[in-house]
Order: sequence, then structure tokens, then C-alpha cells
Amino acid sequence: MDILGLARGPALKVALAVFCVGVAWRIVGFALLRIRFDLSKPRTSVMRYVSGGLLAIGTRSWPHRQFIGRTGPGEALGYSYHLGLFAVVLLFTPHIVFLGSLFGFTWPGLPSSIITVLSVLTLTLFLAVLFRRVTNRVMRMLSNFDDYFSWFITMLVLVTGLAATAHLGAPYETLLGVHILSFDVLLIWFPFGKLMHAFYIFPSRAINGAVLARKGAVS
Amino acid sequence: MTRGNTELVGEILLRHGISRRSFIKYCTAAASAMALPPGMGAVMAEQLRQAPRPSVVYLSFQECTGCLESLTRSFAPTIESLIFDVISLDYDDTLMAAAGEAAEAARTKAMHDNFGKYVLVVDGSVPTGAGGGYCTAGGRSSVDILREAAKGAAAIVCVGTCSAFGGIPFADPNPTDAWPVSAIVGDKPIINVSGCPPIPEVITGTLLQFVTTGKIPDLDEHRRPKSFFGTSIHDRCYRRPFYDQGKFAKSFDDEGARNGWCLFELGCKGPTTYNSCATIKWNGGTSFPIESGHPCLGCAEPNFWDKGSFYSPLSAPAWGKAGQSTPLEILEIAGAAAAAGAVLGVASAGVSRLRQHRSERPSGDEPMGEQ
Repeated sequence: MDILGLARGPALKVALAVFCVGVAWRIVGFALLRIRFDLSKPRTSVMRYVSGGLLAIGTRSWPHRQFIGRTGPGEALGYSYHLGLFAVVLLFTPHIVFLGSLFGFTWPGLPSSIITVLSVLTLTLFLAVLFRRVTNRVMRMLSNFDDYFSWFITMLVLVTGLAATAHLGAPYETLLGVHILSFDVLLIWFPFGKLMHAFYIFPSRAINGAVLARKGAVS
Repeated sequence: MTRGNTELVGEILLRHGISRRSFIKYCTAAASAMALPPGMGAVMAEQLRQAPRPSVVYLSFQECTGCLESLTRSFAPTIESLIFDVISLDYDDTLMAAAGEAAEAARTKAMHDNFGKYVLVVDGSVPTGAGGGYCTAGGRSSVDILREAAKGAAAIVCVGTCSAFGGIPFADPNPTDAWPVSAIVGDKPIINVSGCPPIPEVITGTLLQFVTTGKIPDLDEHRRPKSFFGTSIHDRCYRRPFYDQGKFAKSFDDEGARNGWCLFELGCKGPTTYNSCATIKWNGGTSFPIESGHPCLGCAEPNFWDKGSFYSPLSAPAWGKAGQSTPLEILEIAGAAAAAGAVLGVASAGVSRLRQHRSERPSGDEPMGEQ
């Protein structure tokens, strides 16, 4: 079996299984944790909890006006590379074909040339994110292996995808095999590292907002 | 067919009334097909005119004769000009008039007279199961014939994916225990001209290149001439702009198919297949499979028959039946894995709650009434 056959065959099967086990384990495990009951008297109605939670998803996803000068550039960087990643992952036809075979339906993609430009831009932003993490003393102290490996594996998928598209350094099937293999590694790592924020980020903001709303605060 | 091995090619051409000018044009066309520099045509012509026709022994083993059918449809050079003017085809049990003992005697004589100098062309894989009994000629197994013929060969040209990589007989479950030539013969230069079948001009061009230069051409990692197998079909495909524009045919009869858009989503293996189909094409440059609306099957690559469905896109998962994973199969795996994960989640939450409960429970060992 060649590397491409391994990557899109047994390796992908194992990676997908590990991904599903890990994500289900972490979500169910988290959802069933005991919640400490707040014995204080609620300051508002149950409907306000819900609206407070939903509001928090929006307000916590946007820089606060008071701190925009300090946090704005970092948030702009974060949003930019996330949007770039979404476009590259969801709008490149070979990816759509892959996802279509998982979900059973497809959607229109973007021309390859636009995807290539977006990939290079996203790659540049990824390097900028790493530079910021390494040069900012506070961020450097907050960072651990999880942060760097999550960055590395995402970057690896992006770089190998670009190399496969541009036929750089090896035959296409080898590069495509390495690209899919790196994605397999990402799938395996996903539930156990900070990439899991893709599942946690909005529920955690909503819970924080709801808890604050119960106390009468607005997120 | 063994006549004239010492006769120079130039003398034969003169006898046939072919002018030097016509021969240079012919060689230039062949050199062009091989992507050789423009000046090589004249060099090839001059060298060929001075050279005796090399003896060629063509052996067919476990195959469908498609490769030979392809070879007989070569336009540049044509099969007639190749075997009458350039090479001396001393044995080919399909093309030769002789049969039985006379044919085998011609082979033995050619191999004896040209020991160490003849070119051995092989099409078909070599079955080794049942003591080699799945493919015999003249009462001898193809393994024996190949080993004997390989001893005195200057080089072996494997025509077709079966002789080059095992091909369809080699595919799982390989009931005849078939092997490519390279697995049987290890001590001779081997040139693989893969394809199912190979492009006729690639077969004749490779033979011509070897005969002209007397050297093995530059080969890729699969021992294929780089001049013909150096670029992927995808890179040279006339539908490539549609791939770049994101325009794909979704089925064989939709608007995309009618407009000639890229066949990637219909399983085209052009990106991973190295051959000259998109440049030399077939039937004298008329067209090639993709031009006829069908995806490339990747027939020039090793194990092409076992690489999953021909109609499954290259980027799609490939672990299900016939190498094509259906959403249902994927859902089964994902569902089973998610259920296992959920059980793990319940268990870990239970353990966590138990720990919390224990840490909050007043200890019975605490001394009472100390105050």
C-alpha cells in the first residue's frame, strides 16, 4: 500500500474513529459534571438567563470598546486566520469532495487560484500568530506544548496542502498522501488538545453569560 | 524474420526507395514524440543509417494482447517501418507467420546469433503459481522462457502495466501468483513502458530511442522513460483550466460534463498518473480518454487496479467496499466511535462526581468534642 492509500484508507479510518471517541468523551464528560448549585436568590427570570447566555456569545466574540486599542490587533489576527482556514477547508473542491463523502452532500467551491492566494495569506497570518505568541512575554508564559503543537499540526496540514497543489518537492500522490496523513494526525490530536475549543468556545461563553445573567449582570 | 540482422538500416532504406530526407523527417517526428531536442532527429537518422538492425525478441505472457494491438496502431513510427526498417523483429508469436516448432526455432536462433545484443520485449505478467503452469508456450512455462531469454538480452523493455508492474493478473487476490518481470529478472537493465495498454508511440519511441542511442534512457523511480512519463496527465490536461476555476462535472450527463469541465469529482486519476496521454494522445493524436469524457483510470501506475474505485475522487476516503467509502459506512464508524466515547464520558463524569462527593463528605475519623 502506498502512502496515499494508507492516508485515505486505514489511517483516516483510525483517525476518524479516535476523533469521534475523543470528542464524544470530552463533551459528554463535560456535560455530566456536577454543577455547583447557586443558593443565592436569582436576580432575574429564566428567560433572561437564556438571553444573557446567547448575548454573551456575541459580546464576548467582539473586542470591548474600552480595550480595543490593546486587544483589537490580536483579535483581528485571530479572526483573519480563522476565516482563511474556513475558506480553505470548506471551499476548496477536493475538500468539498472529501467532506461530501462524509456527509453525503456537497456545495459550490471557489476557484483553485483564489484558494491558493487565501492559503498563502492564511499561512502568513499563522506565522504572525506564532511570532506574536513568542515575542509577547505574557503570552509566552501562558503557552505550553498544547498551544505550540496545535499550531504546528494545523500549519503542517496547510503547508502540505499548498505543496501538493503546487507539486513542490515530490510527486503529487506523495504530497497528497502526506497532506492527508497530517490531517489524520490533526484529527487524532483534536479532542485532546486546545483544538477542542471549536466545540467548547460557544457553549462556554453561553454558560458564563447565563451565570452572570442570573446574578443580574449583563455580559 | 531473422533475415538481414547484419544489413545496415541505411542499406535497407535505400533498397526500399526511402530518401535520406524522408528518413530525417521520420526521425524528427519520432524525436519530437519523445520530447527530445530538435537537433536529435538528424542525429538519430544518421546513427540509425549506420547501424545494423538490432534483433528484437517479443514475448507475450499472461496478457490480453491489448499492448500488441496498441503497438500495431503506432503512427510515428508506424509498426511496418519499425519492424521492416529499424529493428529485426525475430520473434513475436502473434505477428509472425511461423508457428509451433518453426517459431520456437526462430526464437532460439535469434537469441543464439545475437547473444548479449538483442532487445527483449515482454508483455504480460509472469504467473508462477501451479509450477508456472498457468501460462505455457511450447510446453514450457513463461517463467522458464523469460529466464532463458533474459540471459542474452542487452535490455528488457516491459510493454504494458502487466509486465511492468503485474497489472490486472497481479491484482488482489492474484490467483495465478503473477509477478512483474522485474521480480523475476534482477540482473538486466529494464525499461518499463506502462499503460493498459501503453500509447503506441511511447512503445515505438522507447524502442527507437534505445536502438538509436544504445543507452537506457533517463528513467523515473518506476523505471519508466522520463521523456514519456515525466509529467502527470493532470498537468498537461486540456481540462486543467476548469480544475483551476473550480468547474467540475458532477455526473456523466450533467451540464458540467457537456461543457467539458474537469472530471476530478468523477474519480479522475490524472493528478497521480504519469503518462503522455494528454500530449501524444491516441490514434495518431486524435484524442485520449479524458477528451472522450471519461476520467483517467491511472492505468500506467503500479497497482492501479487495487487503488479503490475508478469513480471515487482522489481526495475521498477509501476504505469501504470496492475502495469507496459510502456515507453510511462512515456513519457506522463515527456512530460506533461516538457511542464508545459517550460511554467513556459518562464513566469519567461518574468518577469525577464520586471524587467530589468523597471530598465533601465529613470524615468519620475526625475527633469529636475537641473544643
